[in-house]
Amino acid sequence: MPVPIFNARVQVSLRPSVLDPAGEATRAAAARLGVEGVRRLRIGKAIELDLEAPDRATAQARLELLSDRLLANPVIEDWSLDLAEAG
Amino acid sequence: MSVGIIVFPGSNCDRDVAWALGGCLGLPVRFLWHEERDLAGLDAIVLPGGFSYGDYLRCGAIARFAPVLEEVRSFAERGGPVLGICNGFQVLTEMGLLPGALTRNRDLHFLCQSSELEVRPGASRWLCAYGDGERIRLPIAHGEGRYQIDPEQLLGLEERGCVVLRYTANPNGSVGDVAGLSNPAGNVLGLMPHPERACDPVTGGLDGRRLLAAALG
Repeated sequence: MPVPIFNARVQVSLRPSVLDPAGEATRAAAARLGVEGVRRLRIGKAIELDLEAPDRATAQARLELLSDRLLANPVIEDWSLDLAEAG
Repeated sequence: MSVGIIVFPGSNCDRDVAWALGGCLGLPVRFLWHEERDLAGLDAIVLPGGFSYGDYLRCGAIARFAPVLEEVRSFAERGGPVLGICNGFQVLTEMGLLPGALTRNRDLHFLCQSSELEVRPGASRWLCAYGDGERIRLPIAHGEGRYQIDPEQLLGLEERGCVVLRYTANPNGSVGDVAGLSNPAGNVLGLMPHPERACDPVTGGLDGRRLLAAALG
């Protein structure tokens, strides 16, 4: 039986208390484009990955470790995880 | 007696550090490629500035997993002197040898200028040749040098005398005007300014000499 493959998407965002000067600059550019009303703009990153794991719980545990120890720096960033078994 | 200079793919101040230590101060140096593990014969380690691994993901995030840094961690934990300059400071925070993180400058500009610093040497073996409250000038050259840590932890660092270098005119938005941090034991120092660019009279400024001379002091 083949090892299941999981598709995951890890969303990394700056913690709310951390200043995001790049987001602010982009918000200013939105106004210069003529798009009004942008009250908040924060820039994060999304990491998409495919992972082999025997089951969902194992995949979840591996991705949590990866997110917490490599993909995000918890000092300045929060992360969230979407996980689905590949169809 | 020799100083090891770590070279990552993307380091670009390694030779400047070698010139400052070797050419200006006459100290023996050895380059260490990031895949090496042998620190034998080295009495101090310098992590130089640059863009290790292209600063992919975050500054210093990938470098943290370099084989040589496992040995550097043990070396530091045994009390060995470790100095991280600019990207080297970012690597030390990613490794957890120093707390906090370095983030994008407040005004987004890459800052390449002289900066005045106030030195509070405390227990730092790297800064023991400077007076308490002495003001010095060192160049800075970074886009991501804004030190970030939560207010409680910053207070803790200040109380333990770990904030050893502060900007007198904060250029990048660092909390607490932090330009450089020591660990409580004093053997690990991370700083954004470049002491190796203030060692040669030809390029101006000599305020970095005493810091680098402390490598084998």
